[in-house]
Amino acid sequence: MDWLFQQTINGLGLGAIYALIALGYTMVYGVLRFINFAHSDVLMLGAFSAYYIAPKIEKSCGNQSVLGCIMVFVVVAAICACIGMTIERLAYRPLRNRPKLTVLITAIGVSLLIEYTAQNERVIGATQLPFPQLLPEKALQFGKIVISSNDVLTICVTIVLLIVMWFIVQKTRIGTAMRAVSFNQQAALLMGVPVNRIISFTFGLGSALAAIAGILYAMKSPSIEPLMGVQPGLKAFIAAVLGGIGNLPGAVLGGVLLGMLDAFAGGIPGLSSYRDAIAFGILILILLFKPAGLLGRSTIEKV
Amino acid sequence: MKFRSLTLPTIAALATALIGCKPGGGDTIKVGEFASITGKEATFGISSHEGTVLAIEGLNAKGGVLGKKLELLTEDDQTKAGEPANAVNKLISKDGVIAILGEVASSRSLEAAPICQQEKIPMISPSSTNPTVTQVGDYIFRVCFTDTFQGAALANFATGTLKANRIAILTDVKSDYSKGLAKNFKQKLSSNGGKVAVELDYNGGEKDFKNQLTTIKADSPDAIFLPGYYNDVALICIQVKQLGMNIPIFGGDGWESDSLITVGKEAVEGTYFSTHCSPEEGTPEMVAFVASYKKRFNGKTPDAMAVLGYDSAMVLADSIKRAGTTESVALRAAIASTKDFAGAGGKFSINANRGADKPLVFIQIKGGKFTYKATVNP
Repeated sequence: MDWLFQQTINGLGLGAIYALIALGYTMVYGVLRFINFAHSDVLMLGAFSAYYIAPKIEKSCGNQSVLGCIMVFVVVAAICACIGMTIERLAYRPLRNRPKLTVLITAIGVSLLIEYTAQNERVIGATQLPFPQLLPEKALQFGKIVISSNDVLTICVTIVLLIVMWFIVQKTRIGTAMRAVSFNQQAALLMGVPVNRIISFTFGLGSALAAIAGILYAMKSPSIEPLMGVQPGLKAFIAAVLGGIGNLPGAVLGGVLLGMLDAFAGGIPGLSSYRDAIAFGILILILLFKPAGLLGRSTIEKV
Repeated sequence: MKFRSLTLPTIAALATALIGCKPGGGDTIKVGEFASITGKEATFGISSHEGTVLAIEGLNAKGGVLGKKLELLTEDDQTKAGEPANAVNKLISKDGVIAILGEVASSRSLEAAPICQQEKIPMISPSSTNPTVTQVGDYIFRVCFTDTFQGAALANFATGTLKANRIAILTDVKSDYSKGLAKNFKQKLSSNGGKVAVELDYNGGEKDFKNQLTTIKADSPDAIFLPGYYNDVALICIQVKQLGMNIPIFGGDGWESDSLITVGKEAVEGTYFSTHCSPEEGTPEMVAFVASYKKRFNGKTPDAMAVLGYDSAMVLADSIKRAGTTESVALRAAIASTKDFAGAGGKFSINANRGADKPLVFIQIKGGKFTYKATVNP
């Protein structure tokens, strides 16, 4: 019984991170209808930005202070939003009217470019770096069950950001514009929606989410390296498809389900090394039986 | 268009003719090396490479071998499966090297070994401990002990020194080294009367091990054995502490990297691992090696991988001298008959399994430092 509870908590902690990354995937997909594979590398850049910036902020705000931690999150989210917008401007905007496949392959190219540039010794280097502790980590004990304060933080941040994203998309003017672009780019343009600016904003928002996920992921496992985003990025991609890509609550649901799956499969002797295979197997099943995902609506593509 | 259609085949033909030039005519002896200079296990590749460079530079300063300078050609395999084959193919067929030095990780050595065997180019692995590496063929050697010995020593350590009888094992399924070491450990453990409490695995490079560790915790074993590499081990140790477990953790030579301490910090404090040698051993060869290594690499203290990288190149140079030629059959025979070679890590001979019978040392992490604990002789 303890085992079951502990694994549920482990799964929630991990799932919240997947959910946060999946939110970013799904936002960009919702507007542009393509998977931004460079998303997981923005996550890595977020973790590294925090690695370099945190000591400077801690100097003025004090070691492991709440204020300092919030400052790190805000600054890094801003940096990564700029990175995301730059990537979109340089790599994706010139291809706006090309086939989707071209953009998709470019996204893979951008992802590899970032990963291998970062691995160069003169840029970041391939060795693991120890991630600084941003907040004092406490273990909350409930009988035999241990809950890490980092996991609690991750879960709270994910819930808050889901609500914020939902609010932005559904209730604000810019969100209305995003939905318009998502519905029909040409029509939106004719109605006076600044399509390029909206897409740029979406990339900024998505990348800020990736940055926050990157910091939380690095706080959880404090060793960072240029390929750290690849594995959670893939999992989050599955999570986004599982929940229904383009759907915000779907991304979170998918993330949490996948985190749980990882936890339970990972904790059973003999199954632990198959957890990725199980995750991808589920992706295939979903694509077979419910192509639009758990919460997604199937739309008929006009050809 | 017509111009191009004529020139392309000409260039191709010329290039093939140039590449086809076999070694022997040049004024250097080309030695190939493949190592994980970048990627997940970069500190292994870098240490081993630095040791090799130190050896080659030292030999060349004394006039080289057989009157020729040694030329080291290094390929980075980026710690990736698939790359060693590319690297070794390039070194052999394009660069025309006379021997191959590498790798630290057994999985990657196992990838290169069949190619070297087929091309009849001697390969010396500095520190791949999986027994199957040299079983690939008679051209494959190593200058370190195997996991048959290391696994047994670790099992004796668990039941003897730690007095732990129920051991939990967490293996990296992606690594031949990890799986092999776990297998050898289990064999000796059961003959010592110990028991495997629970055995789980992970994919090297993962960051979250709490799921496996929760299951281990539920089983409350006496100790945890981690036959993995330093990068994963550091995170596992951190998460062991996060889950509130306080039992001994130990592992093998895959742990040895400064990265283990910089990432693991207080979580790796008090843990033990076995490795090939320690710079603290104080033998004259070791003292000389540590001094020259520090001088060459800005005061950096060498680890076991650097020592073995150095020894692999020295054994090769010594064999070329004894063979009097770089011709592969004679060179192979010379390496195989290496006897009482005075390496930086101690005296050793190449045995019938084309490996070295060497002692093993136990290290404990104390005060953020690798501290020498004990030596186990074969």
